[in-house]
This record gives sequence, C-alpha cells and structure tokens, in this order.
Amino acid sequence: MIRIEPREMPSKLWTIGIPIISAFIAILFAAIPLALAGANIFEAYAQMAKGIFGSTFAFTEMLTRATPLIFTGLAATIAFRAKLWNIGAEGQLYLGAMAAVAVGTGLIDAPSFILIPIILFTGALAGAVGMAAPTYLKTRFGADEVVTTLLLNFIIIIFLQMMLEGPLKDPMGMGWPQSEPIVDNGVLPQLIPRMRIHTGLIIALISAGVVHLFLSKSIWGFKIRAVGENASAALHAGINVKRTFMGAAIVSGAIAGLAGVSEVAGLRGYLTTDLSPGFGYTGIVVAMLAGLSPIGVVISAIFIASIFVGADTMSRAIGVSSYLADLVVALSLICVLVGGFIARYKFIRTNKENI
Amino acid sequence: MKNTRVLSLKNLSKRFGTVVANNSVNIDLYRGEVLSLLGENGAGKTTLMNMLFGHYVPDNGSIDVLGDDGIMEPLTLGHPQASLDAGIGMVHQHFTLAENLTVLDNILLGSEKIWAWRHDHLKARNKISKIMDKTGLSAPLDEKVGKLTVGERQRVEILKALYQDVKILVLDEPTAVLTPQEADTLFENIKAMTKDGLSVIFISHKLREVLTFSNRIAVLRHGEKVGEIATSDANEKVIARMMVGEDTIENPRDKIELGNPILELHEISLIGDSARTSLNSSNLTIHQHEIVGIAGVSGNGQSVLAKLISGLLEPDSGTLNINGENIKYFSPNEMQSLGVGRIPEDRHHDGVIGEMSVAENLIIERLNDKDINAQGFLQNKEINENAKQLIEKYDIRGPGVDAKASLLSGGNIQKLILARVFECKPIVILANQPTRGLDLGAANEVARRLLEARARGAGILLISEDLDEIIALSDRIIVIHDGSLTEAHNAGREAIGLMMAGESA
Repeated sequence: MIRIEPREMPSKLWTIGIPIISAFIAILFAAIPLALAGANIFEAYAQMAKGIFGSTFAFTEMLTRATPLIFTGLAATIAFRAKLWNIGAEGQLYLGAMAAVAVGTGLIDAPSFILIPIILFTGALAGAVGMAAPTYLKTRFGADEVVTTLLLNFIIIIFLQMMLEGPLKDPMGMGWPQSEPIVDNGVLPQLIPRMRIHTGLIIALISAGVVHLFLSKSIWGFKIRAVGENASAALHAGINVKRTFMGAAIVSGAIAGLAGVSEVAGLRGYLTTDLSPGFGYTGIVVAMLAGLSPIGVVISAIFIASIFVGADTMSRAIGVSSYLADLVVALSLICVLVGGFIARYKFIRTNKENI
Repeated sequence: MKNTRVLSLKNLSKRFGTVVANNSVNIDLYRGEVLSLLGENGAGKTTLMNMLFGHYVPDNGSIDVLGDDGIMEPLTLGHPQASLDAGIGMVHQHFTLAENLTVLDNILLGSEKIWAWRHDHLKARNKISKIMDKTGLSAPLDEKVGKLTVGERQRVEILKALYQDVKILVLDEPTAVLTPQEADTLFENIKAMTKDGLSVIFISHKLREVLTFSNRIAVLRHGEKVGEIATSDANEKVIARMMVGEDTIENPRDKIELGNPILELHEISLIGDSARTSLNSSNLTIHQHEIVGIAGVSGNGQSVLAKLISGLLEPDSGTLNINGENIKYFSPNEMQSLGVGRIPEDRHHDGVIGEMSVAENLIIERLNDKDINAQGFLQNKEINENAKQLIEKYDIRGPGVDAKASLLSGGNIQKLILARVFECKPIVILANQPTRGLDLGAANEVARRLLEARARGAGILLISEDLDEIIALSDRIIVIHDGSLTEAHNAGREAIGLMMAGESA
C-alpha cells in the first residue's frame, strides 16, 4: 500500500533533473516501436545520434530546426505564465511571415542594417496584432481565447492562401502559390558559409535572454506572473489584469511573429503555405517541457529538434517511418508530466499492519 | 452513565518534516458530554481530528473506541471508513454539501449504495424525521441545498452525521457563520442530543461559547495538551492564559476626539446578483480617529460594500467621498493611491499570491513606487531589504524572504497583509473579517494595529461576523441586513443580534 502526499518544497535539483531524466526515458521507450518495426535498435539509435552529432552539417541542421521552436516556445511561455492560453502561435507565425514578405520583397529599398530591423519589427507587429485581437475579445466580451486563437490559425492559413494566389503571388513563380523572394538586403545572414544555419538562431537566443529578464526582473513580468498565479489577488492589489493580459498577448504574439520572419527571411527566402510544419503547436510542447522557463525553452527546443532531425536520418538510413519522431516527442511530454507529478509528491510505503 | 468512556486518544504524535504537529496527546471522551478543544491556530487541533478520522496516520500512539459490545477496541488507523463505521462523525467548518442536490440527497450521500436498483427513500425519510423530532433540528428535505441559508445548511450537515448513527460528533467552528440566535438554537439542539448519549467534541475560537456550552475543556498548545479543566472551574481569563501562555491584552481604547469625515457614502445603491448582495441607498460616514464596525450575518451586502471601497465595483447611483474628494473613477489602484488600505476577507484567495515569494507579496501594492520600480525594473535589493525589515517589524514567521507565501500559516499571511497595508500609512482602512480563523495572539496583533492606525488618525471600516470583536473594537456599530445599513446606537448584544436577523430591536 502506497500513500501519496504532496511535498512541501520540491527541491531545485528535482525540478531541473526530472525533465532531463524523463527525456532519456522517453528515448528508451522509443525502442519498443522500433523493435516492432523490425529495426535493429542499436543501429537505429546510432543513426539517430549520427543525424544530430555526426557532422557539422547535421548539427547545424538541428539548430536550424530548433530556431523557430525557440521562438514559438517563448511565445507560449510568456502567455501561459499569465494563464493566457495562446494556441495561436501557428497563425501568428504566418502573420509575421506575411508581413516580412510584404515589406521585404522590394517595397522598401534600404541597406541591410536598416531593412532587416524593419522586417523584424513589422513581422513582430503583425504577430502581436494576431494575438491582441483574441485577447481583446477575451477581456472585453469573455470569449475563450483557447477557441478563438485556435480557430484563428485556420483563418490565417486560408487568408495566406488567398494572398499567395493574389497580391503576394510571385509573377515569376510559374503559377505556384508562392511569394516573391525576400530581397538580398532583407535576408538574415548565414552564420556559417554553405550551411543553412542563420542569424535567426542568434535572435532567438537573445529573445530567450530578454524574456527571462522580462519575466523575472521587470515590473511587467512581475504583473504577468502575479496575474497568472492568482488573478483575483492581483486585481485586489491594484494590478490592471486586463491590461496585463494585453501586454502578455502582445509580447507573445510578437515573438511568434518573429518565428515566421526568421523562417522566411533566414531559411526559405520566399513564403509558401508549408513554411511551418506545425512549429506553433510544437512550441506549446516545447514550453511545457521547459516548465515555462525561458532558458529551459532553449534546451527543450534543441531536444525536440534533435529528435526530429535524428529520426529523419534514422528513417532514411534504416527505412523505418520518420513518424517515430512524433512518437518520441509525445512520449517525452508524457514522461515529463508524470515526472513533474513525481517531483511534486512523495510516495510513502505504509505498513501492512496499520491497515 | 456519564462515566462511560467512549473514546480515548492515547499518546498520539504526528510530525511533518521537522514540525511537530502533535506530541503525545492523551484525550478521553465520556458518553453524553461536550468536550471543547481549544487552541491557537497551528496548535494541532486539526491534525488531531484528522488522525481521528483516518486522514492521517499517527507516527505514534493509538485510538480506542467503545464498540457495540461495550468494550474499548482499537481503531484501525489511517482509514476514514473505519472511523465512520466506529460511529465518529464530523461537521466541517467549510460545508461539504452538494448545492445542486436536495437536502435528502445530501443526507443520504455516502451512506447509500450507489449501485442499487431502487432507493428506498421512504425508509430514509422516516428515519430522518425521527431524528428531527428527537433533536429539534429541522430542514426542508426536498429543497435544493443551494437555496438554504447557512444556518440551515449547518443543520443539514449535522443531520447527515446523525443519519449515519454517530456516537461521537466533532463540530469544527460551527458558529463561525451563524447569528447569535442561530448559534444558541444550535447549542440547545446539541444539548438535547447529548442527553441521548451522544458525545461531542467542540472546536471553537470563541471563549464565550466554549464556557457556556461545554462540560469540559482541553487546551492544546504547540501540539501538546497543556491542560484540561472542568468548565465550571473556568473563566475567560484562565482559558486564554492556558491557550497563549500569557494574559490576553485588553485593548485599551482611549477616547479620541473625532476628526474630519474621511469616508462618506451618500445614497449609494449598487445592484448585485440578488437582493441580499446589493446595497440600497446607503449612507455612511466615517471620521478620522474612528472605527466603525459593520455587524451582520454573511451574505447581507458586506461583500458589495467591501468591493465598493476596494474599488472593485462601481455604484449604480450615489456618491462616495474620500477625504472630501469625490470618487469618479473606481479601481483598486485609484483607491490605493487615495490612501485606502484594504485587508481582504479571503486572505488566501484575494490577499496574497501563494506561488510568489514573501518579499514579492510585500511590494505588490507598491509597484509604482520609485524605490521599487526603476524604469520598469524591479529593484531586488530594495525589495529584499524591505521584506527583511517588515518581517522583523511585523513578526512574520516563515521560512524566509524568498519562501513562497503559500508556505506561511494563516496568521502569518495576515501579518504579511497587515505589513503591506499599514506601511503605506493609509487614511482609510477597510478591514474585512481581519481576524477570522486567527488565533488569539494573531487576532490581538490585528486589533493592536487597527487601534494604532485609529490613534494616528485613520478612519477604519471593520466588517466582521464576530460580534464580540466588533463590540470590543468599534466606536460605532452599524448593522447590515439585506443590503441596508442601520445605526445600532448603543444597543446591547441581544438587540444587535436581533437586528442582524432582520428584526427591529
């Protein structure tokens, strides 16, 4: 017989250690479907590791994949800290990308050091508007932001399709629904020649640092945490809860917008409707895995990107489905959630005679 | 008959981590008696009762209960069902009724099998009406619990316990929500039940009730039983000394000349969800150097009044002046900047943010201050320094400045709120149930701070359900009933009680 009692103070070591242990356990669990698929497990893991650490190219590819996840993970983190459930990072990402394309494909002619900040700013602004609108509906009319942000994703994607068939369509695109390419001065510089890794990663890392400082050191961050933890007490203490929601929404949406800018101006060069394979949604997993810590988001984004990139290599090399990557990500989230439970509670074996 | 032991707690000990909640507590309960269990908050009353009910397993000791065969048998520890089977029932301080079910369903809940073909309610009704006849407790069986008053709900709780054939009934602060008249009726009913052999353990903070109602008093302090006394040998002073280990401070309320009006409500109306949660063209003036007590049973408009003065609600009509200035824009921030200090009713829910640190909670109302907020950034050094000072000054006991506020006890959370409010030197103070659930030491501290603010020149609006507290602290008493304010003038306890129940004195 085991009794479960809450721990009074979960230790720091546990809160950091548990997600890491959980992630490893999740990777071990992946052996089961791998074995069922008939693969040699050791070979599969070796290929996976090779896909991540095997070469400079592999490693930079992984970081390239992690870049948008850091952005969307941060977007989810900041909103979730205020208990504002932004499920719409995917849509905000596309809004950011659309804005980047709108100003970055020849509308403005300026040198890089001017054009790139303009593109970043408009992209962030578009994302911010994309989250501010449902938040206004929430604070003004009580519309549930889970529903509005989620559904807005689909509206934005269809709007994007319309734009790519119309005003944003590349006349040189041979009829494909894609935008004109970002002008050379607007492209985010590469970090290493001949590799796809680009400055977006640096911007993402800086964003993580800024969000960390913002949440832990700024008055706004204080208000966001206060509202998220206990909106009623925050209201009593004179914090304007609606305005705080709006602030969190704007920052969250802006960062999600940057994810779109980074992908379109750093990686693809032009915009299509398949710019993001669900980075907005994966960002939620990244944020949860990180326990809503901005610095943790960087680590968990790299972990999830590794799984995806590693699984790709593995599937190419030994012929198992790359969907295994999704499986491992899902398993690790479950493991972390269970791990978080274990960290918060203690399990006491009770004596048989007492029962 | 009186000398038959029905329950004996032997050497019960329980510790949580390094905190000793109970240390070798021995208590006997006899048939047909009312035993009062007294102690400050954190003295270990709740832990002791939780062990009796099987919610906690004691580290040491045992519990014996008189069985049907008349022999004391050891109780299986750590199993609530075993305690229920042994005939131990509890009426919790916070009601555990399902509001959308009828009274009958609530009474049967838990004692009826869920998977039964049909429920024989006739038999149950007969049994309940027999209990009602015998005890004088009554409740409308087919009414939804959500529609009952708190007094009625409490009777349902007791009926529910009695329906399960309890021999030992534990009442945890049963009068916290009742009018004096309702409380007196409750005591009479329980007295009647003890004549039939029911034994009662009565937990209360109110010394007066304990003295009039119980046969014997056991006092806990710091987890140990420090004394047991027959009620006939006790008086308030003696018990209070046993509880806190020192004499209670008599609040010396010296006469002070009233100053200017500082808070004025003129013909304020505010329509709430129902008539009971509204204010009807109310007038109220509080002067400097004055404590005005609002007496009333909960749910008669107090919370609307409190929300109005907190800036959370806007009046539908009428005017509110603070220090002569007419308030046009109602928000907590605005009230705060005008010098209104607020001690919220529900300190856990509205007072502190449990997941944030003590230091952060201490500055949450001062986010616009220059020494806290430098260009939008928190001044952590200043915040920590401030916290250290206030923890010292207000004797806030807990793990430290960086500890989460949720780790503090109720009394220390209240001290934290006091520190936050009083450090801003407010000119108007709204104290909403400031001592509810606090032990004597902490309650005295609250009273002392309020009187200090009064001497400094603040006007204080004290909302409380504890009439003794209101009488002790207030310069003037106003009774609130169904959203209307009535000046009590110099009415006595009984008259105020009647006014609280809505009858003209």
